[in-house]
Amino acid sequence: MNEKVLMKGNEAFAEAAIRYDCKYYFGYPITPQNEIPEYMSRELSKADGVFVQAESELAAVNMAYGASAAGGRVMISSSSPGFALMQEGMSFLCSVEAPCVIINVSRGGPGIGTILPGQADYYQATRGGGNGDYHLIVLAPASIQESITLIGKAFELSDQYRNPVLILVDGMIGQMMEPVILPDYHSGKQIDKPWALTGTKGIRPPNTIKSVYLKAEELEAWNWHLLEKYRKIIDCEVSYETRNLEDAEIVFVAYGTTSRIIREAMEILEADHIRSGLIRPISLWPYPYQSFDEMSSSTKAVLVVELSQGQMIDDVKIGVNGRFPVSYVGRFGGTVISPEEVASEAKRILGVV
Amino acid sequence: MINEPIELEVIEKRISIVTGHFGSGKTEFAVNYALDLTKHMNKEIENSRYKKVALVDLDIANPYFRSREKQALLESKGIAVLSNTFGYDINLDLPAISARINGPLQDQSCRVIMDVGGDQSGARVLTQFKNQFINEEYDLFCLINANRNETASIEGATYHISAIENEVGLKITGLINNAHLLKETKIEDIIKGVKLCHELSLKFSIPVKYHCCIEKFEIPLKRYLSQNKNVNFLEKVFVMDIIMRSSWLDK
Repeated sequence: MNEKVLMKGNEAFAEAAIRYDCKYYFGYPITPQNEIPEYMSRELSKADGVFVQAESELAAVNMAYGASAAGGRVMISSSSPGFALMQEGMSFLCSVEAPCVIINVSRGGPGIGTILPGQADYYQATRGGGNGDYHLIVLAPASIQESITLIGKAFELSDQYRNPVLILVDGMIGQMMEPVILPDYHSGKQIDKPWALTGTKGIRPPNTIKSVYLKAEELEAWNWHLLEKYRKIIDCEVSYETRNLEDAEIVFVAYGTTSRIIREAMEILEADHIRSGLIRPISLWPYPYQSFDEMSSSTKAVLVVELSQGQMIDDVKIGVNGRFPVSYVGRFGGTVISPEEVASEAKRILGVV
Repeated sequence: MINEPIELEVIEKRISIVTGHFGSGKTEFAVNYALDLTKHMNKEIENSRYKKVALVDLDIANPYFRSREKQALLESKGIAVLSNTFGYDINLDLPAISARINGPLQDQSCRVIMDVGGDQSGARVLTQFKNQFINEEYDLFCLINANRNETASIEGATYHISAIENEVGLKITGLINNAHLLKETKIEDIIKGVKLCHELSLKFSIPVKYHCCIEKFEIPLKRYLSQNKNVNFLEKVFVMDIIMRSSWLDK
């Protein structure tokens, strides 16, 4: 096993991608993810890969489209406003089933907003900012080590399902330092891509990659193909973590950074003899609705904690399905909620002063 | 706290500039260093050459975890914090540095710590103050964490030292060993940094000024250093509190 090293989130994402055999990276700088393109610009060529600084995020996502169509292992990254600019590309990548890994190191919005962390891109990530019926597979790590693991998984899922996979982290995880163990070089599992545009060499009919269908019946049939794939992903790729659901009076729901803050809030509550639990979705699409079936009858309330005005709460309500009251607490616009704020809101809801 | 505060007055330069690879702990060191200097100053204010301490936050490379975030704490201890034109609570990665920074740099009664952004790109901002340094006594520290992947080897650390020197056009005058792995730090991780910094010290002919650690490693680290013949008598153990890192990050 490799030695533990201290790494910043962004540089660990880039190094992990290289070790999982990412060969193409296209990007345009935006804070708080600049260490990713910076690292790739220096290191990717050493691993026989190609780095291109695009003239915009729109160019970057379309370069990724091309490299992916040609069978390459591709990653792109950006932060909220830049990822917003890539939304057309998300729809196109899904439409033609082009594998690609995308990292959104999200920040406070809307608009240019702030360079500080935010989780307000949840709707965009899980509902889609592009046109048409499509889904990104969305994974939300809560630590740098987990990010490394999920980047490896993202490349695999992306190839397996021929679908873009989004790693959604906020700026806090991109900027924080943590000791991590990196995977070995060439840890990426590869599968054949017989569909890729690699040249016929005169021995097979040409492959075609296109997102236009002139006949409605053909487009509907293609949509059925995509829908069946999405249903399979929903059946097979849900992932989440739970803590202390057995006897929790209040259950927190949070992903990424806020789930870490909640762990300290849970300690504060425990000191006051209040039992609390946590549901932490790791896959945001497909969403772990079934995790809410694990809650016990001792639970009195569900509290969703987000660095947004409350977006994931919609999915929590679908999962809870009216069994428990669901409320929200959060900070937004770049402010990070404190463990104390979370704990005191939990006490207020439970009627404990 | 520093072992022998009396000696400090003799060997410390008025301006201490803290550079290094990003994520090595420069800001944590700079904040602790400023707080420590204030403690000594308060005790010896009558005889001291310095009447105040200023922490200059020159980190315009990284938008997160900057020393200005602890401005209230630092100011409550009598430390002046200077950063961008807009005040500490603006979080934009704007290359806007306050002209007020020239004040402490020129004020001979002010002890100055400059917390510089990471890598050579973060250090570039120093060049505009270079003329000021040349006529002054200053220390240009390079802080090294031997557990950072890019500065774990002699080659990697050499790259960063040289890149910073070339960018700024000044020589590093002292190395600071800040080897750690956050909450997972073991004494061996710190000793790895001691060895690395000693090798670098020989290679570049730069003294190692401090070996940093948190309180629980103070005694074992001092024991190791006292048993190690390569240690220069001026090398000190600098005990730090973890001020910059939120506790929930380690849950």
